[in-house]
Amino acid sequence: MAIRAFLLFLILLVSSYTTFALYEDQVGLMDWHQQYIGKVKKAVFQTQKAGRKRVVVSTEENVIAALDLRHGEIFWRQVLGVNDVIDEIDIALGKYVVTLSSGGSILRAWNLPDGQMVWESFLLGSNPSRSLLLTPANFGADKDNVILVYGNGYLHAVSNIDGDILWKKDLAQKGIDVHHLVHPEESGMLYALGVGDRFQFEAYVISVGNGELLKHSSMEFPGGFSGDLSLSTSDKAVALDSSGSILVTISFVGGEIKFQEVHISDLLQGFSGVAVLLPSKLAGMVAVKINRSLLFVKVKDEGTLEVVDTVPHVEAVSDSLSFAEGQTAFGLIQQDGGKIHLTVKSSDDWKTHFLKESIEVDQQRGLVHKVYINNYIRTDRTYGFRALIVMEDHSLLLLQQGAVVWYREDGLASIIDVTTSELPVEKAGVSVAKVEHSLFEWLKGHLLKLKATLMLATPDDVAVVQRMRLQSAEKSKMTRDHNGFRKLLIVLTRAGKLFALHTGDGRIVWSRLLNAFRKSGTCESPRGLKLHQWQVPHHHALDENPSVLVVGTCGHNSDAPGILSFVDAYRGEELNYLAPVHSITQVIPMPFTDSTEQRLHLIIDAEGYGHLYPRTLEAVGIFQKELGNIYWYSVDVNNNRLKGHVVKKNCKPEIADGYCFESSDLWSVIFPSDSEKVIATSTRKLSEVVHTQAKVVAEDVLYKYISKNVLFLATVTPKAIGDIGSVIPEDSWLFVYLVDTITGRVLHRMSHHGCQGPVHAVFSENWVVYHYFNLRAHRYEMSVVEIYDQSRADNKDVLKLVLGKHNLSAPVSSYSRPEVMTKSQSYFFTHTVKTIAVTSTAKGITSKQLLIGTIGDQVLALDKRFLDPRRTLNPTQAEKEEGIIPLTDSLPIMPQAYVTHALKVEGLKSIITIPAKLESTTLVFAHGVDLFFTRLAPSKTYDSLTEDFNYALLLLTIVALVIAIFVTWIWSERKELQEKWR
Amino acid sequence: MDKGKAVMGMGRRWAVDFTDSSTSPSSRDIPDPLGFARASQDQDDSTLSREKKNAEANWKSQKAWEVAQAPAKNLMMMGFMMWMAGSTVHLFSIGITVSALWQPLSALQGVGKVFEPYKDSKVDLLAPKLLFIALNLVGLGLGVWKLNTLGLLPTHASDWVSSLPPAQEVEYSGGGFL
Repeated sequence: MAIRAFLLFLILLVSSYTTFALYEDQVGLMDWHQQYIGKVKKAVFQTQKAGRKRVVVSTEENVIAALDLRHGEIFWRQVLGVNDVIDEIDIALGKYVVTLSSGGSILRAWNLPDGQMVWESFLLGSNPSRSLLLTPANFGADKDNVILVYGNGYLHAVSNIDGDILWKKDLAQKGIDVHHLVHPEESGMLYALGVGDRFQFEAYVISVGNGELLKHSSMEFPGGFSGDLSLSTSDKAVALDSSGSILVTISFVGGEIKFQEVHISDLLQGFSGVAVLLPSKLAGMVAVKINRSLLFVKVKDEGTLEVVDTVPHVEAVSDSLSFAEGQTAFGLIQQDGGKIHLTVKSSDDWKTHFLKESIEVDQQRGLVHKVYINNYIRTDRTYGFRALIVMEDHSLLLLQQGAVVWYREDGLASIIDVTTSELPVEKAGVSVAKVEHSLFEWLKGHLLKLKATLMLATPDDVAVVQRMRLQSAEKSKMTRDHNGFRKLLIVLTRAGKLFALHTGDGRIVWSRLLNAFRKSGTCESPRGLKLHQWQVPHHHALDENPSVLVVGTCGHNSDAPGILSFVDAYRGEELNYLAPVHSITQVIPMPFTDSTEQRLHLIIDAEGYGHLYPRTLEAVGIFQKELGNIYWYSVDVNNNRLKGHVVKKNCKPEIADGYCFESSDLWSVIFPSDSEKVIATSTRKLSEVVHTQAKVVAEDVLYKYISKNVLFLATVTPKAIGDIGSVIPEDSWLFVYLVDTITGRVLHRMSHHGCQGPVHAVFSENWVVYHYFNLRAHRYEMSVVEIYDQSRADNKDVLKLVLGKHNLSAPVSSYSRPEVMTKSQSYFFTHTVKTIAVTSTAKGITSKQLLIGTIGDQVLALDKRFLDPRRTLNPTQAEKEEGIIPLTDSLPIMPQAYVTHALKVEGLKSIITIPAKLESTTLVFAHGVDLFFTRLAPSKTYDSLTEDFNYALLLLTIVALVIAIFVTWIWSERKELQEKWR
Repeated sequence: MDKGKAVMGMGRRWAVDFTDSSTSPSSRDIPDPLGFARASQDQDDSTLSREKKNAEANWKSQKAWEVAQAPAKNLMMMGFMMWMAGSTVHLFSIGITVSALWQPLSALQGVGKVFEPYKDSKVDLLAPKLLFIALNLVGLGLGVWKLNTLGLLPTHASDWVSSLPPAQEVEYSGGGFL
């Protein structure tokens, strides 16, 4: 006991001198950082006259990036806010990248070589509309170059030198939906083409110089239009009628509108069904998608249409590209199996192929979604083409000369959920890829290190040592290690692809595009929801591979059918999948496993029925035994209600099978809708381990109220739902609740007057920390609530405790309604917070740190000690010894406490902590557009030697000591002998 | 006490007892020569040896008392050392406390040995032994007290519950947003 107390004290002592900072040469030793951009939406090549060939892309993660065409590396990257969706991107003047974002209301110019923002213009408007960007190459004699932007119902002309708005024109009042801005070359006119009221084709002719409306004409098309207008040439547009069977060619030269109709069945024999006009811009042609084939139709000068070809199985078509001598070409992608067929054709002459290539691509990348082509001049002065393709798994590939030149796994920019898996145990049979070191090399390395510590090393040696440390083979082995640092991070991306990343160096071990998550007739828009550990073999099932459960749904409604997929965590094989199944609203992992270590999961559908997985009789048997003790709750934001349910009995046989369970409503907490609105909840992590139920306070002891069935819930007054500043402090209240989810009992309720969300909360052990905005102080605040069990408080008799005559370890029920006591305290906090997490360790002994994802996309580690409700202005001597910090009004932010040091995790979404086997250490994975992984020791590594511990020095010292002992022994023997002879 | 023992040992590495204390019947069988009064000589002899024996016993008991009191001096020194060590846990205070606990314990273990040289039928060793034990117990007490002031004794409820794992829960619940 004394030893334990002493050890605890030592830990405390050690922790009180915690430093987080890294030395410069430690960066990259145990952390890695990967930069991504997300699924590419638009790409613009910049290869003319540029020293470095690059492509500028905008992505679905709101990233603008310039990529190196040779290697696919990022030259520069700008990440816009979550609500600042990029609509259009283009290059102006050959030196600016122009982006239009936020629904056509923000126009920015970025410097092409380095990505610095040059200017920014806010284009105001009232009516949301589509946004269009037109950067004419030149206006002939006109000196002032203009960018034309249509957004929010207004047409703006913006100077591309400084972003000044030259003129604006309101087109919204006319009630038309502008589809295209056309600027015929060498003219001072601009056509704005649109559809008004579905039947009216409208054309505005506007002077580019001053925005004057030169002509407005409109004509009614009785058939009505459906979908987009496709612009084939600069004076003709093609549209489909509302039935999708007639193609209309619209000529609008000089504002004179003429329609010419052609039935698709006249063009294509035996046509039936609905055609879709592709939005690709092909010079002089339109592409019509009919079933799975693509019909290419040429638009002739007189406005008649002529079918050029029908190409089956086309996955993607690029826009046309004009290159030297007025030639235009476009790219076409067909796909079968793992092969991609790229064809680059001339728009003018269908028979001409500039290029026809077949490229083998990893099948796990799925189908091609988009293609962009670009030309280059070969050494023999002919034209070559390269194609940038975006795949189904959101990866980006560059094809050139029949090969994949580079690829980027940009699916990793949109991670939905993360789980982990242990690596296989090192065995004789398991091949461990050539990472083993010989003893000699090991010793050599350590000798070099020794030289470095004794300051004898040359700069070359230092470089070698540094490289050795960074590329330590030890950390990237494919087997389990002693300390539990090596694991597989299994991540599910928005594309429905599963990746396994090695925690040592972040490399992709395997990746799999899940069949269950691919678009099909039964599942229109599959979407991943969650990732759960399905089977974690240890003990008797050690020979089996662990597996994960991927949960998804087919649609966006709560009653859409669900998808369940089971994936082997070592090989990445999809073991089994169930789709479509019942709808999925909640997935509740149970604390029980069956004989093969498969975890029982209860999945609640939209009707409130629970479905048990795995579907075995054994699982049902285990579940039946616990029936009556299994509860679930639901937070209904729309009805402002928290409801509790108990799983009762099997469903009626006429409804479902034996794996279905009915539940009945037990309780509900209804929040008054005129004064409260639920905005955030938080619960403890299921896997969290708590070491002790007691908290030692000076001489006394407090018993923590440790229950996994407590829900933290925050509500605000409905007025305060909006952004910060949208409500005055007097009208704004923030309420926080701690609710027992078994009985519905409100354990604690607290109100903060003049405070507002967004609320970010983290729940661990017996405490909650939450972050909100204080309107009165104009600052963010963080509060901590700790909850203690008063009914255990009188267990203080040492004798009884020694003899074990207490009921502290007897199982507890929420129905015993223990008295609770809460303590809380609030502090100011400087940063806006995106997410909060808490460190978790294997046994829960190590003190905790909060990991705060700041608005600057960094992760800040903050000791929980700073958020201790027992802090006072003048702590007593005993409290000081305990490590209580004097109370201050705000939480300190130490620059060294940034876990991400100098890096940024762009678009930070979530922080995940995974306990290592070593108690002192926790693994941290932060993801957003970027990925960042590191290892943290909140109380320093008190249970192991540091990474750079010099074993050679230790060995040397021991050897030296042994030699010294022998030498002195011989000396003393000799001396004694001489003494005796004297 | 070690010192005392050592001195005793040094002073009397060996001894020959010339006094004939034989009362074997064999010598008794031979009649005394004429005029020899055994009784008086006997008496003489015995008084001499008794005196000697008394002196030795006195000396022994004196020494025994000395040995018994030795821990008292130690106690003072220990107290001083402890005072020097302060009440925070570090290497020095731990070392002092451990030695403060270890010394009395080892002394108590070797009580018999310490008093062996003074074993005499005439010397009553019980009282010095008791004193010795008592003083060592005081020393032990001092050590324990020091341990307590360092906070290393499990005398608080907190020491017994600090590693108590949280109680299991009967019910289980999960859920989330609808």
